[in-house]
Amino acid sequence: MDEWIFRRDILRCFHGKLYRGAREIKGSLMFVDGVEDAAYDEVVQIYGSDGKERTGRVLETKIGEAIVQILGERAGLETDVLIKFTGSTFRIPISEDVLGRIFNGRFEPIDGLPPIISYEKREITGAPINPVAREYPHDFIQTGISVIDGMFSLVRGQKLPIFSVSGLPHNMVAAQLARQATVRGEEEGFAVVFAGIGLRNTEADFFIEQFRETGAIERMVAILNLADDPAVERIMTPRIALTIAEYLAFDLEMHVLVIMSDMTNYCEALREISTARGEIPGRLGYPGYMYSDLATIYERAGIIKGKKGSITLFPILTMPGGDLRHPIPDLTGYITEGQIFLSQELSVRGIYPPVNVLPSLSRLMKAGIGEGKTREDHRYVADQLYDAYSRGVRARDLARIIGEVGLSERMKRFLKFAEEFESNFVNQDPYENRPIEETLNRAWRVLSVLPEEELVRIPRKMIEKYHPNYGGG
Amino acid sequence: MSARRGYIAGIAGPVVVAKGLSGVKMGEVVYVGEDQLVGEVVRISSNYFTVQVYEDTSGLRPKEPIIATGKLLVAELGPGLMSVTFDGIERPLEEVRKQIGDFVSRGVKVNALPRNVKWHFKPLVKKSVKVEGGDVIGEVQETPLVIHKIMVPPGVDGSITWIEEGDYTVEEPVATVERDGEVFEIKMMQEWPVRTPRLFKKRLPSEVPLIVGLRVIDTFFPVAKGGAAAVPGGFGTGKTVLLHKVAMYSDSRIVIYIGCGERGNEIAEMLEEFPQLKDPKTGHPIMERSIIIANTSNMPVSAREASIYMGVTMAEYYRDMGYDVTLIADSTSRWAEALREIAGRLGEMPVERGFPAYLPDRIAEFYERAGRVVALGSPERVGSVTILGAVSPPGGDFNEPVTIHTLRFVGAMWALDPELAYRRHYPAINWLKSFSQYAEIVERWWAKNVSKDFQQYRRKALRLLTVASEIESIASIVGESALPDNQRLILLTSEILKEGFLRQTALSGEDVFCQPRKQFLLLKMIMDFFDKTYVLIRKRVSIEEISRMPEVFEMMRVKEDERGIKAVEELYARVMKKLDELAEKYGLTLGGGDMRG
Ligand SMILES: Nc1ncnc2c1ncn2[C@@H]1O[C@H](COP(=O)(O)OP(=O)(O)O)[C@@H](O)[C@H]1O
Ligand SMILES: [Mg+2]
Repeated sequence: MDEWIFRRDILRCFHGKLYRGAREIKGSLMFVDGVEDAAYDEVVQIYGSDGKERTGRVLETKIGEAIVQILGERAGLETDVLIKFTGSTFRIPISEDVLGRIFNGRFEPIDGLPPIISYEKREITGAPINPVAREYPHDFIQTGISVIDGMFSLVRGQKLPIFSVSGLPHNMVAAQLARQATVRGEEEGFAVVFAGIGLRNTEADFFIEQFRETGAIERMVAILNLADDPAVERIMTPRIALTIAEYLAFDLEMHVLVIMSDMTNYCEALREISTARGEIPGRLGYPGYMYSDLATIYERAGIIKGKKGSITLFPILTMPGGDLRHPIPDLTGYITEGQIFLSQELSVRGIYPPVNVLPSLSRLMKAGIGEGKTREDHRYVADQLYDAYSRGVRARDLARIIGEVGLSERMKRFLKFAEEFESNFVNQDPYENRPIEETLNRAWRVLSVLPEEELVRIPRKMIEKYHPNYGGG
Repeated sequence: MSARRGYIAGIAGPVVVAKGLSGVKMGEVVYVGEDQLVGEVVRISSNYFTVQVYEDTSGLRPKEPIIATGKLLVAELGPGLMSVTFDGIERPLEEVRKQIGDFVSRGVKVNALPRNVKWHFKPLVKKSVKVEGGDVIGEVQETPLVIHKIMVPPGVDGSITWIEEGDYTVEEPVATVERDGEVFEIKMMQEWPVRTPRLFKKRLPSEVPLIVGLRVIDTFFPVAKGGAAAVPGGFGTGKTVLLHKVAMYSDSRIVIYIGCGERGNEIAEMLEEFPQLKDPKTGHPIMERSIIIANTSNMPVSAREASIYMGVTMAEYYRDMGYDVTLIADSTSRWAEALREIAGRLGEMPVERGFPAYLPDRIAEFYERAGRVVALGSPERVGSVTILGAVSPPGGDFNEPVTIHTLRFVGAMWALDPELAYRRHYPAINWLKSFSQYAEIVERWWAKNVSKDFQQYRRKALRLLTVASEIESIASIVGESALPDNQRLILLTSEILKEGFLRQTALSGEDVFCQPRKQFLLLKMIMDFFDKTYVLIRKRVSIEEISRMPEVFEMMRVKEDERGIKAVEELYARVMKKLDELAEKYGLTLGGGDMRG
């Protein structure tokens, strides 16, 4: 019955032209001869002789031929198929009913409830926000995680990814963030849109369970493409999620947090399709247009002038081989507004969240912090923490070569600082929610390991106001 | 002229193959499909031609019509460009927003220059004067900061038969020129094909630095007005912040900023900051002397390719009025990638990392459009275009085609270093890897305007930093305490230079822009400190005693003191006095230490 409603819905909006038989099927690509005027990017329905129905998209069209990318399961498909060109690009019906729901990568419900029915349909590729319509993001989001709030402050409308490697607690961090994120002085929390891309079942369950626990489930939408779901659908999963997010943010004026995990699986799918098409490969076989393609996803985060809602994007990706220079983290870092690195080394030492501070960054931090937003000393304290920590890390490296005894007194102090910083500032419980004041006070306490005159990045008057030596901290 | 029509034969992404139309030219602008998307002819064969479409092609079908316009891709030039934000094919984005809302969808047609605005035209020549292409015949106050010279379009000459002060739109004639009975109407709007450099009379050597207010650039790796510099760096190393600050604070008369395949929020940031930041000389917002071209990463790739040419054509146009124009492109790598993507779709043979063989030529042609020139026509005008381009090498590795070829064609490189950025040492310009061929050229300017000793201090400081880095690598094996005191003094001084001179915040406060004179005084203070202490150390005064001096830490901070130059002078005097006292204590005498210079 549910099935049927969904089908009818598709049939009603897509009346199209029927063709019989494909010339060739190669990987996820199908070549169809005799097609006169398929539209570029048009959606195609494929009825197989196995009785299954699949969806596809036109990747290239000429007079007399169309190349179709098959979405969904390919096994069992033969060239003897019935192909319907629907006349329309990929759209999803959208309404408030999406809240609290779970869908697959073709936007079919997988929570046992009926599909969404609406006359309002949106193209999932979206359109670029006019740059002059953008409002520059300013509003500090308190995540309650000291290392993020203190050093990589997130603001509403930002896109800030986690760069991780498999086995590290990135999902835990993302879930903690989704649970705790608030903008101070505002009652309403975030609506969460979750895009699971090629996730294992247990990972997907973990997220859904987390949202349930906090009662956030009514303000949550999940699009799940699991590890055993077709890889090509991974191309659509984040786009469906963002189309919903745009609707919630810019039509319903909600503040939306979009979590996407794991974007590496998305990029793998992109590579697979590109290879199947025989395109000239870029670095490591990823297509040359991967930067632009990823940008059409990440740039959908933001705030629009005159609208109350916002989209904040928190993608997670695992770096293949833990290599930061791999094209996936590299291109992502070029597009997103910073990155938070997780490190194996810290994780092994039992530090949670295991954030590798030095290469991490939040590009929008500067606009979100300071007097009236967090606290006047925030920027200086963060700067000083970096500087001191980078010296501490160098001291640690040096100590490995020449032994701690060979370090100068000054270097020893920085080494001590690095240890204090990792265990008393970075480290915290996954269920501990620290207000920004506490985060900053902690920062002062770890800084007080160093002699006062070493704090050259903090103005004197702030030292006198906040340093534990003067009663602060 | 009857419309020349063909039809679409195939579509793959932004590339469309068309048939049924003969006589199209390379580079000709065509309207594609029912929605009339803008495109440009990029390849012609005997029975078909290929078009690069500047808008999203989703939904486009074979057999839809294609209309040829007979025109090349041109920039509309005239009053009304200043303080506007355009996309890569010169559509004013505020207008686009008014017409279709917050998202850029396809098929919008908006004129670059508003047709209904009247500008007050003041003639500068009289009736019956003989004029030719490039001559200035009048002017318009385009914004409070920019006087727009109205120039005779190239190729037109004769004598003025009518010219009159008054309010005109860009399409109305402001003068008529007659030659051999033929009358030509001069309007304030001209067109110029963006892929062709605008003509000029003569190239001049660069002489004057573009002062950007960042010490590491102005003092160590300057760019001259009319020169070109590249800023390569991995993600997050500070390319955009650096270029934004140059756009905001440098002493350019006009700034054209191309956001080429980068973030929308960065454009939003500029649009928030530029109207607020006042030009120090006039008190007017710097937006009034800026043009922004925004073709962000999610906007169509082929318009990104065009955006670079659009920007540089506008820059040349204002250069021809006699202005010093700074053209900033962030990031040229995204432009090169757009070239690559289109070449790939055209099935062109890739040579290096997928880039087509003509990549180096395109890069060279772009940077060649920088320069200091005598403009065509009279009165004589000297203007310049300075090009600053960000380069985003994959994996932060400079050994890749775009970086390599760019470095062949620019005169300065500001190499951004992730190690410095990780330490929040900004600007993260690596002083060992960067270079500037303009340093010698602008030496005269510094000697004349700041100090004749400038060059000598500059060289000494650079040498000290180089030596310090060698000592550092030794120290990282044996530990600093194992080094002799004179080497430790070099390390200490380089630390003061890094913290007190090279590092400079871009965020706010006194240090955001550093006057050349203050740059020199800071440098002199640190280097004179070094010279004096070097003598003391040789005479067995211990490095510990020196590095304990509170003045050492003060030298690292004084750049931020709100009292500016005064604070530096004061500290300088104190440092010198302190060292003299120290010398006295050990029965030594030190020379030098004179603030003038
Ligand atoms: N000069 C600077 N002063 C202070 N912070 C800076 C400076 N340059 C860069 N940063 C910091 O580094 C971040 C990344 O800089 P950005 O210019 O966006 O890098 P890129 O364009 O190279 O990717 C900025 O958001 C800012 O936090
Ligand atoms: Mg940038």
